[in-house]
Amino acid sequence: MNKVLKEIRTSALSALWMMILTFPIIVIKVNTINMTVNWRWINLMWVGTGTFILSWLWRYLLDRKENGSGLKKTDTKESRRFSLHKSLNDKKMRIPVLSTLAVLVLVLPLLVNFYQVSIMTSALIFVILGLGLNIVIGYGGLLHLGYAAFYAMGAYSYGLMYLYWGIPFWVALPLGAVSGAVFGLLIGFPVLRLRGDYLAIVTLAFGEIARLVLENLSGFTKGPEGIAQIPRPGFITKLSLQGATIYLFYICIALVLFTIFVMRRIEDSRIGRALEAMSEDDIAAQSMGIDLTKAKLTTFALGAIWAGMAGVLLAAKTTYINPGSFTLMESVMILVAVVLGGTGSIPGVILGAFLVTLIPEYFRALSDYRMLMFGVALVVMSIFRPQGIIPRVRKHYIVGEDQS
Amino acid sequence: MSRIILEIKDFSMVFGGLRAVDHVNIHINDGEIVALIGPNGAGKTTLFNCVTGVYKPSEGDIAVSNPESKVIRTNGMKPNNITELGLARTFQNIRLFSSMTALENVMIGRHPKLQAGIFGAIFRDKSTRTEEKQVVEDSLVILKKLGLKQYANEPASSLSYGAQRRLEIARAMATEPQLLLLDEPAAGMNPQETKELDDTITRIRDKEGITILLIEHDMSLVMSLSERIYVLDYGKLIAEGSPDEVKANPAVIKAYLGE
Repeated sequence: MNKVLKEIRTSALSALWMMILTFPIIVIKVNTINMTVNWRWINLMWVGTGTFILSWLWRYLLDRKENGSGLKKTDTKESRRFSLHKSLNDKKMRIPVLSTLAVLVLVLPLLVNFYQVSIMTSALIFVILGLGLNIVIGYGGLLHLGYAAFYAMGAYSYGLMYLYWGIPFWVALPLGAVSGAVFGLLIGFPVLRLRGDYLAIVTLAFGEIARLVLENLSGFTKGPEGIAQIPRPGFITKLSLQGATIYLFYICIALVLFTIFVMRRIEDSRIGRALEAMSEDDIAAQSMGIDLTKAKLTTFALGAIWAGMAGVLLAAKTTYINPGSFTLMESVMILVAVVLGGTGSIPGVILGAFLVTLIPEYFRALSDYRMLMFGVALVVMSIFRPQGIIPRVRKHYIVGEDQS
Repeated sequence: MSRIILEIKDFSMVFGGLRAVDHVNIHINDGEIVALIGPNGAGKTTLFNCVTGVYKPSEGDIAVSNPESKVIRTNGMKPNNITELGLARTFQNIRLFSSMTALENVMIGRHPKLQAGIFGAIFRDKSTRTEEKQVVEDSLVILKKLGLKQYANEPASSLSYGAQRRLEIARAMATEPQLLLLDEPAAGMNPQETKELDDTITRIRDKEGITILLIEHDMSLVMSLSERIYVLDYGKLIAEGSPDEVKANPAVIKAYLGE
C-alpha cells in the first residue's frame, strides 16, 4: 500500500513539473486582434493526466529492465520479430527465404504504384548511405557527423560532370564513388590525430564547410539554385519517367546487394580485424603493428565511396540537386538510421534506414512532430536497447578441438 | 660479446616541470633476460612507453638493432613501425581487445606479418584465403605455447586474470619480436601462476630466442628470472648488475626501505 502511495506521489510530481513547464505554451493563447488572452485550462488537465500515466509506465519499464524480469519476454518477442534475420543465419532456411525475398523484390514494381516504387528507391539509397556510415562508425569506431558532405560530393560530381561535359549516369557512378573516396581521404588527413568528441566536432564542421562551399561557389556549382535536369539513367534508349524510376529501383537493389557483399567481406578480413582492433583500443592496436594512419584513412575512404555512389543515385533519381539536400540534418538522419538499427550490424542498419525513410513518408500527416518522435525514439532506445534494434553479432573465428 | 639489441643513451623524458626519466643509459644484449625495477613512480613505464613509441623522448637516443646488426634510431618513430623492428610489449593495465576471442586477439598480433589489402578482402583470391587459413593456424600454435589453447574461442574479457596476462604475452609474441617488453606480467597473479609465468618466460627465451626486458615488483620472480637488473628511482638509474650485486647495493636498499 505504501509503495502505491509512493508511486502516485512520484507520478504526481512529474505531472506537476510537466504542467508548469508547458504552461506558457499550452494554456495561454493571446488573441492579438482583440487583445485578449484565452486561458485554455482544459489542456493543462490533459498534459497532467498524460504525464501521470506515462511516468508510471516509464518507471514500470525501467524497473522491469533493471530486475531483468522482462528478459524472457523480450527474448521470445525478439525471436518472433526478427525471425527473418534468424532464418537467414540458419543454413537450411537460407535459400528458400532468400529466394522468396528476391522474387518479392523483383516483382514489387509491378505490384505497387509508381509512388511506392519511388519511395522505396529513396529508402534503398538511404540503406547504402547507412551501410557506408556503418563502416566509419560501426567498424572503425570513428564518430563522423559530416557524412552528408560525402553524399553531396557524389551528387555534385554527377551533376557537374553532366553540366559541363555531359557525362552519362553509368560513367558518373564509378567516378562519383572515386570522388567520394578522394574527398574522404582529404578530410581524413587533418583529423588523423583526433578521436571521440573532437573528431565528431571537426567532421561536423567539415560537413557544413562543404555545404557552404557548394552554396557560395555560384559560378561553378550554380549556388543555392542548384543543378536541374540531370538525366535519369537510360536503358539503351531514353526511358519514360515511369520506366526510368523502375529501372533505377533495380539499380539500387543491385547496388545494395553489392554493398552488403563488400561489407561482409571487409568485416571478415585482415582489414576488418584491424579496424575492429582500432575501435576497441587504439594504443594496443598500434602496439600490435597496426598503422593507425592507414587504418583511419582506409575507414574514411571506404565509408565515403558508398556515400559518393548514393549521391549519384540521388542526383539521377530527383534530377535536381541543391546544397539544401545535404544539411547537417541529413548527416544526423543517417546517423540515426545506424544507431537506431544497431551500430555495426548490417541487417540492423538496413532496418534502421528503412524506418528512418519510410515512417516519415507514410505518416506525412504527422510531419510536424517528426523530429519530436525521432527524439523520443532515440531516448527510449538508448535507455532500453542501446545496442540498437538488431544488435551486432560479431562473427567469431571458432576453431574445433580436433585442429591442432 | 653478443649483439646489443636495444641501446638507450643519455635518455630523459620531461613532462612539463617533471623529469620522469633523467639521463638514463641502458643496453640490452641479444638473448638476455633483463629486469627493470624500482619503487612506484620511478619512471619504469614511462621508459617503456618511450621505447615503444607511445611517447616521444625529450632528450637522448634510443636505438634498436635488427638481426642484420643494422642500428636504427627510433626516437619519434610510430609504435607500429617500432613493432615492425621487432619490439613487442604488454601493458601494465591489461589492454586486450575484450570483445574478441583469445584467438582473434592473437590474430591481431599477426597483422604486420600479413599482406592482404582491401582488394584481397573483397575479392578473396587464393593467396588471401591461404593467408587467412595460415593466420588461424599460426595463432593457435602461439596460444598452445602459452597454454591458452583451451580458451581459444572464449572472449578475452571472460578469461581469468592470469590467463589475460598470458594472452597479452601471446599477442605480443604473434608479432615475432626479437625483444619482448613485459610491463608487470605477474601483477595480480597468485604464487602458483607466478611460478608458471617464470617457466613460461624462461621457455620463451630459450626456445624462441626472444630477448626479454621486464618491469616487475615481485622480487622473487625478478631475482630468479633475470640475469641483469636495472634499478630506477625518481627517474634516475641508481644501480645495475646481477641480482646478487643489486640485492647488496646500499643505494637500492635505501630506495626500497628508506634510511
